[in-house]
Amino acid sequence: MRIAVLAGGRTPERDVSLRSGHRMTLSLGELGHEAWLLDPGETQLVEALGERPPDLCWLALHGKEGEDGTVQRLLDLLEIAYTGTAAFDCEVAFDKVLAKDALKRAGVPTPPWVVIEGWALRDLGGGAALGKAVERIGLPCVVKPSRSGSALGVSFVEREADLPQAVMAALSFSGAALIEAKVEGREVAAALAGRDLEPLPIVEIVPKDGPYDYAARYTAGATEYFCPARLSDAASAAVGELAGKTAGALRLRDLTRVDLMVDTNDRPWVLEVNVSPGMTETSLVPMAAQVQGRTLSDLCDSVLRSVAMRA
Amino acid sequence: MAEFSIDRFVDRYAERTSGMSASEVRALFAVAARPEVVSLAGGMPYVEALPARAVLEVATQVLGELGPTALQYGGGQGQLALRDRAVMLMAEEGVDADPADVVITTGAQQALDLLGKIFIDPGDMIAVEAPAYVGALTAFAAYQPRFLTIELDDEGMIVEQLERAIVRGERPTFVYTVPNFGNPAGVTMSGRRRDQLVALCRETGIPIIEDNPYGLLRFEGEPLPCLRSLDPRNVIYLGTVSKTFSPGVRVGWALADPSVIQRLVLAKEAADLCGSNLTMLLTERWFSDDDRWRTALAGLVDTYRSRRDAMLGALDEHFPSTAAWTHPSGGFYVWVTLPDWSDTTAMLAAAVERRVAYVPGTAFYPDGRGGDRMRLAYCYPTEDRIREGVARLAALFEDEERLYRSLHGS
Repeated sequence: MRIAVLAGGRTPERDVSLRSGHRMTLSLGELGHEAWLLDPGETQLVEALGERPPDLCWLALHGKEGEDGTVQRLLDLLEIAYTGTAAFDCEVAFDKVLAKDALKRAGVPTPPWVVIEGWALRDLGGGAALGKAVERIGLPCVVKPSRSGSALGVSFVEREADLPQAVMAALSFSGAALIEAKVEGREVAAALAGRDLEPLPIVEIVPKDGPYDYAARYTAGATEYFCPARLSDAASAAVGELAGKTAGALRLRDLTRVDLMVDTNDRPWVLEVNVSPGMTETSLVPMAAQVQGRTLSDLCDSVLRSVAMRA
Repeated sequence: MAEFSIDRFVDRYAERTSGMSASEVRALFAVAARPEVVSLAGGMPYVEALPARAVLEVATQVLGELGPTALQYGGGQGQLALRDRAVMLMAEEGVDADPADVVITTGAQQALDLLGKIFIDPGDMIAVEAPAYVGALTAFAAYQPRFLTIELDDEGMIVEQLERAIVRGERPTFVYTVPNFGNPAGVTMSGRRRDQLVALCRETGIPIIEDNPYGLLRFEGEPLPCLRSLDPRNVIYLGTVSKTFSPGVRVGWALADPSVIQRLVLAKEAADLCGSNLTMLLTERWFSDDDRWRTALAGLVDTYRSRRDAMLGALDEHFPSTAAWTHPSGGFYVWVTLPDWSDTTAMLAAAVERRVAYVPGTAFYPDGRGGDRMRLAYCYPTEDRIREGVARLAALFEDEERLYRSLHGS
C-alpha cells in the first residue's frame, strides 16, 4: 500500500510529531508498504497529495489542525482514507470542553469542571464569576486550555490567588479554559488499538518531581513509567472498562490513548483522550505495545486492518 | 511488571545537568521560526546584507590558495594572523592589545564557557547584570555558581548595588557585563559607571569580564571607553566577528593577562583541540581588506539603525502608556517592561498564534524574575515586518489587559 505519513505541522508539538511520523514511516516500511513522510508545515498538503497520491494517509500530527478534525475534513473532501477517528469525532475529542460533556452524558466519570471562555472574560465581565468556579470545583484544581495537547498551558493551582494567572496562561493556548478538580492518585494511560480497540497494557506515569507537565513529558528521564501499571486487579479492570466506554462514547477509531487518574479509592476518572497519540521512542503507546510483546509494525498492521475493514 | 525509564542513564548524569530540561518556550520557538511568524525573538544578524560575491571571492581564495592549511588542525590559541585582525578590531574601540594575549574561540560564547570552566567552582558567587545575556547565564550555570544579580538602569549596571554587596562581605569570583548596547536591555553603561565599576573591582581584586559583541554597531553618539582600556590588568575582554561579519564562521576571542590566556588555551584544547582553520582563514581574509569590511559594516549599521527606528516608532504608535521600553543607540535589542501583572512567558503561545514572537523576560534572570519583561530584536526582520509584529503584539497586549481587568474586578 502507498501510505503518506502526515507529521510535523505548525503546532508547538511539531517536533514531537515529526519524531512520531519518522518512526511510523519506518514501521510501515518494515511491513512492506511504500511509506513516506509528508509535513504539512513544510509543503502544501493538497498539492503534495496530488503529486504523489497515496492509498491512505497515516495521521501522526499532534495538536490543533492534526487532531481537531481540520486535516480529517480535508482528507474527506479529497476522498483519501486516513487512520484514526473521523473528522467530527476528532473535533469533539480534541476539545476538552466538548469531550468532557460527551463523557458525562455517557456516564463516564470525569473530574468535575467548569469552563471559562476568554471572550466572556474580556467582554462580559466573566472574571467576577471566578469565585463561583472555586466554590464549585474546590482547591487544588487544574487549569487547562480546552484545545491543546502535551500539557501545554496547563497549571496546577493550590491557592485561589494563583487562579487568575493560571486562567490567563491557559487562554494563551485556547479560546476557553477549563478549571477541573484535581484527582489525587495514580496517573495512567490506557491505549486501545485495532478494529475492536483491543486494550494494550496500562502504563502508569510517575513524574520524578512535580506534575506531569510538558518538561516531565519530554525531558528524557524526568518521569518513570510502570507497565503494566501498579494497580489492583479490580482497578486495572475498571480502567480497561472505562477506556473502552470512553472510546465508545467519543466514537474513537483505530488507535487511541485514554489518560486517566485512579484515585485513592481505586476509582478511575477520565482526564482526556488522544486521537493521535505520540509514537516516539519515549511515548506511552509504543511502551505498552512492547510490554505486550508486540512490535510497532505489528501495531501498525492492526491499525491498517481496522482502516481496511472500514472501507 | 516492567519499569521504564525513558533514559536509562538518568541516574548517572552530573548534577550540573539538572537544569537542562524540555520547555514550553522551546516548543513554541519551533513554531516561531516559521516564515509566517514575525520573529522579534532571535538575535540573528542580517547576514543577507553582506556582499555575497565578495564573500564567495574570499572563500574561493582561502580554499584555492590555502587549502591544505584550511583543512588541517591548527594551534589551540588560533592563527596569529587572525589574532592580529582581532587586535585591529579592538583598536577600533580604543583597546590596545598584543596578539600574544589573545585566544581565538568558537564564537565569544565558547570564551564564556571556558571562563566558567577556569574560574567557577560549584557554589562560587559570580556577579551578573540583571537582566543578563541568557547565553552567558547558561554557560556559567553549568559550573554551578551562585548568581549575584546587579540591576540595570538607563546608565547600565548600578555599581552601588555591587558595592553594597561587597560591603556586606560578598566576594564574587568575577563580574560579567555587556557594557555596550547590552543583550537583552539595549542599555549602554555610562562613562561615570564605567569608572566606578573599574575602580571598585580594582580595589577589591575582582576581575571583570567585559563582553563586547555590539560595540561597533553604534547608530549615533560618541563611543565610550571600553572597560579594558580603563584597566587592562583587571579586565578580560571578549570580542567576536558574529555581528560585524558573520556568526556562521564562529570566530570570537578573549583578550586577557598571559596567565589567564594560558589557562584558556589549555581549556580550549581540552574542549575542541582548536578552532576551525577554514573559518579562521576566511575571517582573517575578510578583514584583510579594510575597505571591504568597513563598507559592509557601515551597510549593516545603516540597516540596523533604520530597523531600530522602525521598532521604536511602532512601539510609540501602538503600545500603551502602561508599557515602557529602552531606546538603544546601537546593537540589536529593545527591552520592554509591561505592567507587573503581565506574564510574558504565558503570553507567548497567544503571540505565536497571532504570528509574532519575542523572548520572554524570565530567560534573562537567573532567579526567575522578569515575567513582566520581553526582549524584542529588530536586527533581522524588515522594517515593515517589524511594524506589523509590534502592532500584533500591541493588539495582543490590549486583549491581555482586558482579561486581567476582568479577572481582577477592575
